[in-house]
Amino acid sequence: MAKEGLGFEITELRLGLPGGSMTEKSVKKRVFSEISEEEKSNGKSQVVGWPPVCSYRKKNSFGDKDGSKTSKFYVKVSMDGAPFLRKIDLALHKGYSDLATALEKLFGEALRDADSCEFVPIYEDKDGDWMLAGDVPWEMFIESCKRLRIMKKTDVKGFGVLQPREALKGTMKE
Amino acid sequence: MMNYFPDEVLEHVFDFITCHKDRNSVSLVCKSWHRIERYSRRRVFIGNCYSISPERLIARFPGVKSLTLKGKPHFADFNLVPYDWGGFVYPWIKVLAETGIGLEELRLKRMVVSDESLELLSKSFVNFQSLVLVSCDGFSADGLAAIAANCRFLRELDLQENEVDDHRGHWLSCFPESCTSLVSLNFACLKGEVNLGALERLVSRSPNLKSLRLNRSVPLDTLQKLLMRAPQLVDLGIGSYVHDPLSEASNKLKHAIQRCKSIMSLSGFLEVAPRCMSAIYPICGNLTTLNLSYAPGIHGNKLTKLIQHCRKLQRLWILDCIGDKGLGVVASTCKELQELRVFPSDPFGAGNDAVTEEGLVLVSAGCPKLNSLLYFCQQMTNAALITVAKNCPNFIRFRLCILDPVRPDPVTNQPLDEGFGAIVQSCKQLKRLSLSGLLTDQVFLYIGMYAEQLEMLSIAFAADSDKGMLYVLNGCKKLRKLEIRDCPFGNAALLEDVGKYETMRSLWMSSCEVTLGGCKTVAENMPSLNVEIINESGQTVFNLDEGQKVDKMYLYRTLVGHRKDAPESNQTYLKCRGDLTRSDHHEPSLNDMIKDMKLKNISGDDDFIISESNNFKLQSQLFEKEEAEIMILKWKRL
Repeated sequence: MAKEGLGFEITELRLGLPGGSMTEKSVKKRVFSEISEEEKSNGKSQVVGWPPVCSYRKKNSFGDKDGSKTSKFYVKVSMDGAPFLRKIDLALHKGYSDLATALEKLFGEALRDADSCEFVPIYEDKDGDWMLAGDVPWEMFIESCKRLRIMKKTDVKGFGVLQPREALKGTMKE
Repeated sequence: MMNYFPDEVLEHVFDFITCHKDRNSVSLVCKSWHRIERYSRRRVFIGNCYSISPERLIARFPGVKSLTLKGKPHFADFNLVPYDWGGFVYPWIKVLAETGIGLEELRLKRMVVSDESLELLSKSFVNFQSLVLVSCDGFSADGLAAIAANCRFLRELDLQENEVDDHRGHWLSCFPESCTSLVSLNFACLKGEVNLGALERLVSRSPNLKSLRLNRSVPLDTLQKLLMRAPQLVDLGIGSYVHDPLSEASNKLKHAIQRCKSIMSLSGFLEVAPRCMSAIYPICGNLTTLNLSYAPGIHGNKLTKLIQHCRKLQRLWILDCIGDKGLGVVASTCKELQELRVFPSDPFGAGNDAVTEEGLVLVSAGCPKLNSLLYFCQQMTNAALITVAKNCPNFIRFRLCILDPVRPDPVTNQPLDEGFGAIVQSCKQLKRLSLSGLLTDQVFLYIGMYAEQLEMLSIAFAADSDKGMLYVLNGCKKLRKLEIRDCPFGNAALLEDVGKYETMRSLWMSSCEVTLGGCKTVAENMPSLNVEIINESGQTVFNLDEGQKVDKMYLYRTLVGHRKDAPESNQTYLKCRGDLTRSDHHEPSLNDMIKDMKLKNISGDDDFIISESNNFKLQSQLFEKEEAEIMILKWKRL
């Protein structure tokens, strides 16, 4: 399946050993504390897969002393060139590539009709900033994403952090 | 003196042998027993869906009625396996349907189950009765609707911890009026609303219903109505449990609950107002199983008060907000306790309520029958583990997860080698072990020496060198599953005895030191193993050079070679150089094979795969006789 459109990269946390070559003497296991320090400096707070609690349980039993925690993360998705906005539940997806597949399903027609240009997925975070999707771990992304926009790459120039939000609204087709 | 029995008699005797291991052993006695066992086998367990094909399953067991399949490796639970890795059930259902198998029961774990599969399943097997899905994904409420609508004799629909897209809740209404056969219905993992009227009617017309687990959308008044209609329930999962203890609704609920004198298993409380727990007390005295691990709303003295009513508990799953003191209450109340699972209520381990070694020691002292443990805790000491080992020598499963996985004994600052060493030395029946905390090669020496019955071992952030892994591979003769992450084990350990992996179901190594070259060596020399590489760093394996470490390796024995359904990216299979028919390959002699079999403990495996392997041409060579020269009277448990 041609993935010419959305330009997502799978940005999973990686636990490969640092560097390419290790001398025999220095070959040691990466201690958890080393890894979590590294992850913290990258802005991530957690090592993948630790503690070993299955993802279903993580979504359904944590931190919620008052009872109902909805695990739905519906956000609006707009795509440049598509006539209607859609809504998508981020909690239903496991990662960026899963999301990409879902978006292709939602906007398939508009993607095909667009003159084979590239798209950039961006999202508005809690602070109102527009961010490129794919940098942070998935769990962090769904917590902070307020809405999604699939923007034409050709529109990217001049689109920056300094743009006031009003100007942004003007560029999006409602 | 020889006794020959007609096949029917042997078949009747074999009917009493139900466990997979024993049936596999029976099938290896002689050709005649192999044949009879084959045709009479109804229940088959396949621990790795890629170890064999559905065609070969049917060829061996044409009478199969119940199939259990497992797909993804265990570490998939912790997001270490790409979600599109595989484990599709559709090809299995398709082949079973096409071959006219009379499937009645399907139990799946960690498999991808599409709506299409469910629909095909529901339409292909007239007598289909039981569907159990654990930790599966890929389906929606539409698939469930097909099952409900088409399986006329459905007895069991059990959904455990699946990720289901159920935004359309009409599936419950799809059970026809004629469906009255339900014995077990568990939809606790569904997030969406269900048609409450349809649910009530369904329960009303299911006189055999014994197990009912609701999801959080089912409100209290519906619960009360359901209990009034099904007082015969044995197992109840409560969805929403929010009510004002002084209200009429609460009174009605109390009355309904009191009528349910058979409830022995209780779970759920997915939404809960803890001041109402007293309504449950009347049934607590009968409970043998209590699962409150999805009920963070019940804590503190509400929780301990509840537990104090449960004197007959054998199995308890709770969150660590119970605290060490709460575990003390468990220890003094639940004298019949066999299984305890304590889950973390805060994934980042910062909670003040979490449990420590003290809670575990209390439980071990108070509950001598304890044999199965899963314990997430802040810290552990060697002294505590040694005490636990003394108090509870009967552990079969011992899984300890210290939230900081390299934490030493906080009192002595030593690694936890001695503590775990005491566990494996004392618990001679130990089959499953998960380690954590600061650990050196020494703990693995102990495991290799003492853990003679060990079948599954999970290791993370441990050991100093290859020696650790070698101790385990050399010592644990019954090892079937080994899963390792973030340990300094490399090619020397991996390659020491590649034949060992044929006696195991699988080996997982991630973030270790094994290189592409090492993995290739295994694959090239062992045609009976699939070696899969998953590289996250964006490089396809073809771009790696042999000296580079692989991120993740998963190898498993198989009779059917490479699978064709792997995702395009991120994975590859290392091709085997040639196969067994090469002229320069050394055919083992019969004596070699028998010796090998004994050394590798071939029988006593619940996986029948090994006896299908081409390496053991059992049928023609090993069994010299058509009939066993064994008197039935001398036959002992194999």
